[in-house]
Amino acid sequence: MSELTLTVLRFSLLILLWLFVFSLAAVLRGDLFGTRVVNRVSASGGGRPAPTPRDRRTPALDNLVVTSGPLAGTRIPLGSTDILIGRNPGCHLVLDDDFSSGQHARIFPAANGWGVEDLGSTNGTFVNGQRIDEAVQFEPGSQVRVGRTTIELQK
Amino acid sequence: MSIVTSWRPRRGRNVELLLLIFAVAIVVLAYVSVEGATHGTIPANLATMAGGLLSIAVAFHLVLRFTASYADPLLLPIATLLNGLGLVMIHRLDIAEGRSITGGMALRQLTWSALAVGIAIACLLWLRDHRTLRKYTFLAGASGVALLLLPLLPFVGREVNGARIWIGIGPFTFQPGEIAKIALAVFFAGYLVRTRDVLSIAGPKFLGMQLPRGRDLGPILVMWLLSLAVLFFQKDLGSALLFFGLFVAMLYVATERIGWITIGLLLAGGGAVIAWMLFGHVQTRVLLWLHTWTPEALAASDQLAKGLMGMAAGGLFGTGLGRGRPDITYFAESDFIVSSFGEELGMTGLFAILMLYILLVERGLRIAIGVRDGFGKLLAAGLAFSVALQVFVVVGGVTRVIPLTGLTMPFLSSGGSSLLANWTLVALLLRISDQARQPLTDMAATGPIPTVGARR
Repeated sequence: MSELTLTVLRFSLLILLWLFVFSLAAVLRGDLFGTRVVNRVSASGGGRPAPTPRDRRTPALDNLVVTSGPLAGTRIPLGSTDILIGRNPGCHLVLDDDFSSGQHARIFPAANGWGVEDLGSTNGTFVNGQRIDEAVQFEPGSQVRVGRTTIELQK
Repeated sequence: MSIVTSWRPRRGRNVELLLLIFAVAIVVLAYVSVEGATHGTIPANLATMAGGLLSIAVAFHLVLRFTASYADPLLLPIATLLNGLGLVMIHRLDIAEGRSITGGMALRQLTWSALAVGIAIACLLWLRDHRTLRKYTFLAGASGVALLLLPLLPFVGREVNGARIWIGIGPFTFQPGEIAKIALAVFFAGYLVRTRDVLSIAGPKFLGMQLPRGRDLGPILVMWLLSLAVLFFQKDLGSALLFFGLFVAMLYVATERIGWITIGLLLAGGGAVIAWMLFGHVQTRVLLWLHTWTPEALAASDQLAKGLMGMAAGGLFGTGLGRGRPDITYFAESDFIVSSFGEELGMTGLFAILMLYILLVERGLRIAIGVRDGFGKLLAAGLAFSVALQVFVVVGGVTRVIPLTGLTMPFLSSGGSSLLANWTLVALLLRISDQARQPLTDMAATGPIPTVGARR
């Protein structure tokens, strides 16, 4: 092989390596634009963060909004599936709250709107201050309390 | 730990396939340059080699398509490119040393690569949800420590070049410390997710920094003593640094307290001074690091000096693959593969390789941010950090930033155990990223979450 060919090979290798790096960076761009960062330090004095699900842009009919507690401000669009609430990392809304059980409560699609049900938690689930022992209707505007967390349905 | 989610979750499998083809094309070009420079011809087996590499990569890609379709699209192309570049450099050193293609190290490395990818695929197929690993927290911890101590046993343990970090059964040798890295990361993640509430309780305040309570120092001291034991009995500076650093970093991620990093750095500094005062081999390393060019140091070992001269000869754009003399340095294909690349690809090429590692680590940390459970967060952050620390220790050692220690460069260095461990690490990150990038509705549909009534 001639000296010229080798030099061309040598520089094209370097150029391709960097092109590869830049194409990876181009794919990464999605991390910077079109994402939403929610800082977990809440107004109630910076409770230690825990993983929670965040909202997705799905064709949401209703939103589940946390109105008080360490996760205040969290918003979960409701789809057609159940939402589990509790301390278990497998839950959709993972609470970092000693007053809630592993799987505490379930929000599920009911005949007309949404229902809420306690899953046998230790400290109970409260709808508008009333402890529930069976599945009840979750009306928009009513407040469901699980441990130190209050959630509401909002449009 | 904030949660970051994308508006539109994209699977990115097609992007991944394109990048894979790009990565294989770069490896093929590198192979052609080596053969062109050394033998003056285009290699006859080019189509076979390129086809082989591409089919391994595409097989992994197809497995991802079917079992982890939301997995991160960048990890696999980066790992493939690094592994391929390592193969080309090892083949190039084979040629320089006059080893034939069948008896050379490149073929062995290729076999190990295929085996490692196979094991990574098996790992992905077996592990459908990374949270399963949490059940094996203490098993992972015990096997991690056992793997670390295995080389100390008589009969199976082997001492190679002063470090007792190998086991050998018949002709097969293995470095169990590499696998121990993953086992310990699993253990730390499972352990810290349980204890982080206690470990983050504020203790005394010092210079405006919140320190942890004295009674919570137990775990970090145990890890420190274990690292010192690795250093003392196995004479392995790199592994000791890696394990202790991994624990401190994961402790910080779990508790968000800078105090732990300060304590970790102080302990590591103290341990380094103790090791320097007590052990002759550490004193030699420090001498080589600080006074590389003195006659005493050159008499002890001129490896580091030769590596530096090689990189200096490479300059900005390198000598070109196959046209330098990286084979002059001992262990040019393992510990010093970074200076081999520095010589033949120059600073421009070496920085591109370092960028690939940065992106690999960035993806790992990004996965940790996106995943929804605490265990997954800690595991992903720990695995990513272990790669970062390992690259820092190797490159820092070769470029005289820190004393030289015997760790392998992930994916590049010759060595089966290292390849095996790092491909498994990538498989774990891919599995976690699949969970992190999956939309909630899909998760409910595929059903990792039990519904009504199922109590823990």
